[in-house]
Amino acid sequence: MTKTRASGRTVGGLRTLSLQAPAVTLLLLWMIIPLGMTIWFSFQYYNLLMPGMSGFAGVENYEYLLTDPALWKAMGNTLLLVGWVLAITVVGGTLLAVLFQQDFAGRGIARVLAISPFFVMPTVSALVWKNMMMHPSNGVLAWLANSLGLPAVDWFSALPLTSIVIIVAWQWLPFALLILLTAMQSLDEDQVEAARMDGAGPIAIFFFITLPHLKRAISVVIMIEMIFLLTIFAEIFVTTSGGPGLATTNLAYLIYMRALLDFDVGVASAGGVIAIILANIVAIFLVRMVAKNLED
Amino acid sequence: MATLQLNNITKRFGDTSVLKGIDLDVNDQEFVVFVGPSGCGKSTLMRIIAGLESATDGDIVIDAQRMNEVGPADRGLAMVFQSYALYPHMTVEGNMGFSMRLAGVPKEERRAKVLEAAKVLQLEPLLDRKPKALSGGQRQRVAIGRAIVRNPSIFLFDEPLSNLDAALRVQMRIELARLHDKLNATMIYVTHDQIEAMTMADKIVVLHDGVVEQVGSPMALYHHPANRFVAGFIGSPKMNFFNVDLLSVSPEGVYIRLPGGGECTVPADGHTLEQDATLELGVRPEHLVLDEAGALSGQIEVLERLGGQTSLYVRMGELLVTLMADGDVGYRVHETVRFSFAPERAHLFDSDGRALASLTQHPLAGLTRQDNRTPGAAEAPV
Amino acid sequence: MTLLRSNTPAQAMPSANASAGAGRGAASMKMLLITVLGWTVALVIFFPILWMILTGFKTEAAAIADPSFIFSPTLESYEAVQARSGYARFALNSVAVAFGSTFLALLIAIPSAYSMAFLPTRRTKGTLLWMLSTKMLPPVGVLVPIYLIFRDVGLLDTRTGLIIIYTLMNLPIVVWMLYTFFKDMPKDILEAGRMDGASTLQEVFFLLLPLTLPGIASTGLLSVILSWNEAFWSLNLTSSKAAPLTAYIASFSSPEGLFWAKLSAASTMAIAPILILGWMTQKQMVRGLTFGAVK
Repeated sequence: MTKTRASGRTVGGLRTLSLQAPAVTLLLLWMIIPLGMTIWFSFQYYNLLMPGMSGFAGVENYEYLLTDPALWKAMGNTLLLVGWVLAITVVGGTLLAVLFQQDFAGRGIARVLAISPFFVMPTVSALVWKNMMMHPSNGVLAWLANSLGLPAVDWFSALPLTSIVIIVAWQWLPFALLILLTAMQSLDEDQVEAARMDGAGPIAIFFFITLPHLKRAISVVIMIEMIFLLTIFAEIFVTTSGGPGLATTNLAYLIYMRALLDFDVGVASAGGVIAIILANIVAIFLVRMVAKNLED
Repeated sequence: MATLQLNNITKRFGDTSVLKGIDLDVNDQEFVVFVGPSGCGKSTLMRIIAGLESATDGDIVIDAQRMNEVGPADRGLAMVFQSYALYPHMTVEGNMGFSMRLAGVPKEERRAKVLEAAKVLQLEPLLDRKPKALSGGQRQRVAIGRAIVRNPSIFLFDEPLSNLDAALRVQMRIELARLHDKLNATMIYVTHDQIEAMTMADKIVVLHDGVVEQVGSPMALYHHPANRFVAGFIGSPKMNFFNVDLLSVSPEGVYIRLPGGGECTVPADGHTLEQDATLELGVRPEHLVLDEAGALSGQIEVLERLGGQTSLYVRMGELLVTLMADGDVGYRVHETVRFSFAPERAHLFDSDGRALASLTQHPLAGLTRQDNRTPGAAEAPV
Repeated sequence: MTLLRSNTPAQAMPSANASAGAGRGAASMKMLLITVLGWTVALVIFFPILWMILTGFKTEAAAIADPSFIFSPTLESYEAVQARSGYARFALNSVAVAFGSTFLALLIAIPSAYSMAFLPTRRTKGTLLWMLSTKMLPPVGVLVPIYLIFRDVGLLDTRTGLIIIYTLMNLPIVVWMLYTFFKDMPKDILEAGRMDGASTLQEVFFLLLPLTLPGIASTGLLSVILSWNEAFWSLNLTSSKAAPLTAYIASFSSPEGLFWAKLSAASTMAIAPILILGWMTQKQMVRGLTFGAVK
């Protein structure tokens, strides 16, 4: 045993390598193979419905996609969806975090209720909202509007993207709340008390102490949400299927339509490359921040 | 029987050299303390002895056997960690018996050995508790107990008292000294606290920047520091240093001019000194005496009365001199005082910080903690 | 039996104003306001889930009638869901896929996280960050090749296929979380173990695993939750045989508005276990979800 132990420690590099090999190899394959294929396909004529047509397409798939009004519509929808959901969840999450940080009766249970939507699978939340909440005649919102003497809104035909934004924001607001609440708990109570001694009121404390303390957590929330929100899929799939028209088609849904509904692998792959580029722009900042955090 | 030799141990992490060639002999049953400021390499040195880290170069020899390639469990050592490193999910008994469990010792025998150690440390009533349910001092004892049951030839202690409060630290210090008596084992102890080093060591190893500055008994280090670093590090409050001018060198010592104009002869060997060498004079605060006719003078800036003693911080130009005086001195802040020292209590350091050898040997300089127990030596005045 | 009559947000609001107007001590009034506000917000956010749970106990007729908290609960929708459509099969798929992928991910990640935490090299940080960055790859970007590969090797609509995808999908998070938990474990304890003569395997089984069990468990639970709720790959890579609950629930979207009670019953069953797991592990999950950037 002595021998193997000693040699095990001295060639630590080798041991490290063998312990990490499975995880690293798998992730490397997971990244390189599909990524390589996506890039390769994006330069090929490849349509599952037209087996005869194949070969190098150059940038034609990109050209086709970039001149397709659907792409720009989808990009616009993606940005609107991401932007609105981010705004709602970050602002709402911060306020809710402040609220649930207060010590009130039953706070623990109230917190648990408030973060629950995050654990609901996306297909369930989308369908519950679509049917039971937003249904134009039998939904709770319609009933509420009627009781107040207002006309009921036909959410998914009148305000399709807004409806999606509401559903997605409902799912992600608890995420922001959970993260920011955790971050808030690491706020030094002494600091707050020192500020109070210096004459700061609750609002001053929020803006000068709490918000700066949450800055990092907020940027983490923004970046992580962005990565997920850029490719929201299931919520659109089960509610509007991208419609009416292209009103709720985002980039992810467009790629899905091109790939699995039109079977145009080439164009779908070009879309995939665009999605990857978009996600990576965000990812670079997130990775950098986490890396900085690793140093501490 | 357990002796330890370190031959030219070096340790590099990348480009930084943490240990720069350490040579050391530890005798059987000796209590050796590695002391030094943080970052001096003392903990690394201990971890290399333990086998938790490998030396870049050099040999670790335990009982005449080279141990560099031997795993930590097979060197016949036991270590008490600074954080105690108790296994939180095991009871005290489980903690103490873990090494035997790993070695496949039968349960009965394990229990007997644990009980034996527990008795030494008065841990018997705690055997079924988990570490969480113990006080700091109790955890400390369990950590020691875990080391004892391994019956090691050498005990290693890595700053074991630094997590205890002051009162408990004094008590554990006494317990450790007692334990050393009882077990007659070789012990190596790392600390940054020179008081722990002075009180417990047979031999102190002062480390600084990866180099051994001096090895010797506590009294030898106190009375005959080899250099300015050791002089400043050992002893509390810190030694005072004055820049002095060399006037002449004679067989009786070195004749110098003190700041403020006084002159005196320090009985040190100055025959290697150049004509216009720059010298530093070191005098411990407890060796400065208030003296109306003293050659040194300054204004009292701060006065700390401890009851039995009074610390005076006296401003002498750029210098703030510390002076330990009697508890009953009547001085006040901002008063000017004069003070002096006995030349044989002073130390001289050359421009490289090396001490000039003293011409008189302090009677206690050869004393170790072991000798404290022989009746004859105990009578010597301090 | 009447359920939860007074707890609707609509009714809680006015009572807040009423007691605020009553004018007690400023502090206690503020406390009351915060309490009412906190509970109102919590219930409004939770309302869709609550409503879904209630609807599951209604008859189909009551489900589409005017909203009401007063109804006679029935289990007929649950029975119908169980009897029809092989709910059990979908549930079983979800369980198999979520736990299978979690087990695999832990198995692969533990050695990796161990070496990163306890035998770090200069490349460890880089490796961790790279693993994290693979998580940034949007699934839709690689949908086409994965679909084609799965079609060609016969993994479409199989549990194995989903397990593979989910294992890879969660591996970076699992490695990352385990790494942070392992790193939090005092190194001294492992070194004490080594001084006591533990081999690497003994170190792992006697010390590391027992001591980091809560961390490993919450890592596993997060992985289960993420796999259970995943709806991009399950919708695109399965159709009938291997479809998990996410895909099964999605199938309710076509015959619009017809079976609300059954949809609710099925949904309640689908989310209940995960909701409870989520509640239990919320604290630890933050670490995994933010890659340790928020503690």
